[in-house]
Amino acid sequence: MLDGSSVDPMVVRPFIIRRFVKESHDTFSFGLEPMVGDRDFRFAPGQFNMLYVYGVGEVPISISGDPTKPLSLVHTTREVGTVTRAMRILKVGDTIGVRGPYGTSWPVEEARGRDVVLITGGIGLAPLRPVIYYILAHRERYGRIVLLYGSRTPEDILFRKDLERWRARFDVETHLTVDRASGSWRGNVGVVTQLIRRSPFDPLNCVAMVCGPEIMMRFTVSELEKRGVPYDRMYLSMERNMKCGIGLCGHCQLGPSFVCKDGPVYRYDQLSDIFIKREM
Amino acid sequence: MGATPTAAVLDAGNLQQLLDILQKQNYQTVGPTVRDNAVVYEHIQSVEDLPRGWTDEQTNGRYRLTHGKGKKFFGYVHGPNSWKKFLYPPARQLYAADRMKHRFDVVAPEPSGIKPALIGVRACELAAIMVQDRVLMDGEYIDPEYKARRQNAVIVAVNCTRAGGTCFCASMNTGPRVQEGYDILLTEVVDSHGHYFTVETASEKGRAIAAQLATSPASEEQLAAARQAVDKAARQMGRTLDLTDLKDSLYRGFDSIHWEKVAGRCLTCGNCTMVCPTCFCVNVEDTTALTGEQAFRIRRWDSCFTVDFSYIHGGSIRATDYSRYRQWLLHKLAYWQDQFGVVGCVGCGRCITWCPVGIDITEEARAVKG
Repeated sequence: MLDGSSVDPMVVRPFIIRRFVKESHDTFSFGLEPMVGDRDFRFAPGQFNMLYVYGVGEVPISISGDPTKPLSLVHTTREVGTVTRAMRILKVGDTIGVRGPYGTSWPVEEARGRDVVLITGGIGLAPLRPVIYYILAHRERYGRIVLLYGSRTPEDILFRKDLERWRARFDVETHLTVDRASGSWRGNVGVVTQLIRRSPFDPLNCVAMVCGPEIMMRFTVSELEKRGVPYDRMYLSMERNMKCGIGLCGHCQLGPSFVCKDGPVYRYDQLSDIFIKREM
Repeated sequence: MGATPTAAVLDAGNLQQLLDILQKQNYQTVGPTVRDNAVVYEHIQSVEDLPRGWTDEQTNGRYRLTHGKGKKFFGYVHGPNSWKKFLYPPARQLYAADRMKHRFDVVAPEPSGIKPALIGVRACELAAIMVQDRVLMDGEYIDPEYKARRQNAVIVAVNCTRAGGTCFCASMNTGPRVQEGYDILLTEVVDSHGHYFTVETASEKGRAIAAQLATSPASEEQLAAARQAVDKAARQMGRTLDLTDLKDSLYRGFDSIHWEKVAGRCLTCGNCTMVCPTCFCVNVEDTTALTGEQAFRIRRWDSCFTVDFSYIHGGSIRATDYSRYRQWLLHKLAYWQDQFGVVGCVGCGRCITWCPVGIDITEEARAVKG
């Protein structure tokens, strides 16, 4: 059979690691390039790939690179399990298996003409970074841009060079906070949700994109609601166990939805009934 | 369906012809046989392999085979196996990765080319195959091996003429009469005319095979006898699941205290998911050859009853046993409708029979619906 249906979507394509960056003591990024075929890999901000480490396993990792530039297939992940631990010891020139991109994306089109509020905690900045690249590349299309980023400690702050660049711009409001201050930190201390009430954005004409631990997203939703942001202007990125990324393995089910194909990015009005249920 | 079934009669003594024809056309003939005191589905060569004369007693958590005086080939009601083991095998290699220093090449297996002939598919089982079709070959992403086997398959369906002790297909509108999706449909009758099968066909494939059988035209009387036998099975069915408002009432029951009561009995063993003909969840396993030069990815059936199933860094989403039972039941009866447009349960009753503590999905759904 030569038709596309004979190609098993579970089979990975080998990619070569071209860059490897240590972002913090437990977080790292790597840039990939296909071993054969088209070098350009198109993705939308918020989508993820299934990444396979030889002999160890496969995990979903969101893409953290710049969607407006070719050859920017970058992933950022934290060392938390068997596969990501194995990933961390890979080197430039090593091979990784890739399937994707999968899942829904952040509403960069719907946000046109509105303020954009990005609220993120920890590694949650990684899936939002493609949005920042995208909207800054098309800055004139958007109103105010607000980035609120919470980190555990100053040492855990990711993408420092990017953050410095964004903070230096007059057309981006970047606010950082840490749970625990250390060393010479002179910025905010406390949870990121505290920054929401005093952020300069128009609650009735904004789109909020939220990515972080579920508990942080719960409080974020409630703070945004207090400011008057309607549910259908809030977007959340969810995380669940995934074995396939294509709706066939059943692991990522969240109520009636599959996080791999109906998510990871959900508009909150479509998630609100589910999001408050425990162990769903 | 446009095809008008043409009815013929095959003498039971000529059933072997069917297997011969299928084998000559390179079909893998699979069907019921007795092994380890249960009727299971295996590769069969001749009618001698069929569970002739065997019948079963089934109730909550109980299954017993008995050999009676009857001479029917298909007098049993389905055992623990379902046909998914031939269409979506319990374990299958997804690919091998061959390592050369830092790099590896991916070698995907060739399509198996298997042509399964499923012999003895009951109405609920056919409904279950069509439910799995929606999951595995009708969506954006498909399992190509499933699709190939499905397209290559010949389905010889058999009408039930007796209801099992845990069956509830009549209330699910999936049986006991086979309606669609088959190639050949047999109804087995033993009466004053003898022991025979009425033979109907619903596809070109089925007609071509049936044309080679030594059949004779069915008489009105014989067709009536076959109809009545199936009607009798419908009347015998003791359990029901009420489809009215099923999805919404179960959604409303998410926080019901009843889940904890079921969990007090549920062993979270996962038997129900293993015997269910529609459960499709899988896991992927990695193994490496001892030399380290080859790694394999193997897909295996999985169960939502394991704690690992929903594990993400930091812990499992469904850590309590009641949340896992609830996930299984709500998925089957409610979420499935939103996901695939059908109920994920076909009323076969396997999960009731094979539950070691005899939990009955129809009772639990009723209790949660309130």
